[in-house]
Amino acid sequence: MAYLEVRDLRKAYVTPRGRTAVLGGVDLALDEGEFVAIVGYSGSGKTTLVSLIGGLLAPDAGEIRLDGAPVTEPGPERGIVLQQYSLLPWLSVRDNVALAVDAVNPGLPAAERRRLTDEFIALVNLTPAAWKRPRELSGGMRQRVAVARGLAMRPKLLLMDEPFSALDALTRATLQDELLKIWGERRSTVILITNDVDEAILLADRIYPMTPGPDAVLGPAIEVALSRPRQRRHMSLEPAYQKARQALVEFLRASRTGR
Amino acid sequence: MGVKIRLTSQVILPVAGAACVLLAWALVSTTVAPDLPSPLKTWQESRRYILEPFFKDGEMNQGIGRLAFYSLVRVAKGFVLALAIGTPIGFLLGLSPRFHQSFDPIVQFMRPISPLAWLPLGLVIFQKSEPAAVFTIALCAMWPTVINTAVGVRSINQEYLNVGRVLKLSRVKMLTRIIVPASLPYVFTGYRLSLGLAWLVIVAAEMLTGTPGVGGFLWQEYNSLVYSHIILSVLTIGAIGFLLDRLMGLVEARVRAH
Repeated sequence: MAYLEVRDLRKAYVTPRGRTAVLGGVDLALDEGEFVAIVGYSGSGKTTLVSLIGGLLAPDAGEIRLDGAPVTEPGPERGIVLQQYSLLPWLSVRDNVALAVDAVNPGLPAAERRRLTDEFIALVNLTPAAWKRPRELSGGMRQRVAVARGLAMRPKLLLMDEPFSALDALTRATLQDELLKIWGERRSTVILITNDVDEAILLADRIYPMTPGPDAVLGPAIEVALSRPRQRRHMSLEPAYQKARQALVEFLRASRTGR
Repeated sequence: MGVKIRLTSQVILPVAGAACVLLAWALVSTTVAPDLPSPLKTWQESRRYILEPFFKDGEMNQGIGRLAFYSLVRVAKGFVLALAIGTPIGFLLGLSPRFHQSFDPIVQFMRPISPLAWLPLGLVIFQKSEPAAVFTIALCAMWPTVINTAVGVRSINQEYLNVGRVLKLSRVKMLTRIIVPASLPYVFTGYRLSLGLAWLVIVAAEMLTGTPGVGGFLWQEYNSLVYSHIILSVLTIGAIGFLLDRLMGLVEARVRAH
């Protein structure tokens, strides 16, 4: 059995204007240490999928298992990084990260927890801003804090929901490179939700396209056969890049015109 | 930060507005209401109370500063009591649907009851005027704190609560790290409104119990036919109420700017 197994996951929202079936049977399997991206148009139900795997929402039908255990509620073993950062504005950068470190390491002595917190802040290059409040930071810095908090949960699975899509192109590229480097060092299991095809190819081992909702499902997996460590420069010239990109774009285009 | 005063909007126009009211007062006192002291007469009969605000000739003849101090201490006691009772009730109303179902009707029922109605009951319970006055102030002033706190808790951004859920924070940490700080801006709006109400209630409480303070002084001077001192008291009540609101407004702004 795979490390993360998602089987026939279905979710509909009931509103006064009727029922909208968002996910129509999503299947997904990840091995430990894999980096998988899910790419789809906005509004296709990607965030719903993240909320379900994160345990923040309950599915109507289907099953999620992580490392053998069924997912029924939220928990730090599934760290979440969201597009809108969701940092606590009354806590400093340090306290936002420390909240996660303290929550998952209750047995550790205080000095050790402080050291861990500093380590995660340094990992995302925020040591000079450690005492600032989120509102004093740029969007890119805020997202770094959210990434540090997500990693500080020491999750079995890190869920990232369009983490860089609110950022300008230059900052986005910087953060993608940083994430690539951090993942190269730690090999965490990651699901990255994105609408940026190049971002998915740069970062992921495998990409699932998502059909536009309602009743969204995942298309066949597209392997990214680029060797690691990857470099953004020259990447677009490699045949493996072009192959993955073409397969992805073609599927997404066909899934939209086919409706 | 430099304070920039715009002459027209912040000095000339407010002064002109005050001058209009003063003129109307003078006109009314010379025409329709001869018993109403004119602005000039009010000033002449009140100047000692203002220029020597802390003199004390006897229990009921004291400078306006001293009287205001008594009232402020009384209001402070009632206000602190209102917050001490109202804040936890507000959090419980916001956090627990069962508590809300049980006690929200009572809150809505008690909220519109006038201080004049509570005061005799306070006298019956405490047998003394001072605790009865504080009880009345607290009981009337706590509702905005209760209701704003409850609304503040219920309107916490779901994102912040999700952070707590993902981290599986304990109940205590959820409260101290997320729920309380997130609802603080609403809570302080409640505090500001409660302080305004407490100051409104003080006059009624002092009038009915005859305790020394601005309100007590006002009623005593009415009975002694010194009408200019009624106006002195009214103006003092207004000035202090205005200052208290501004002060709480500053505190509230600080809390909101996290």
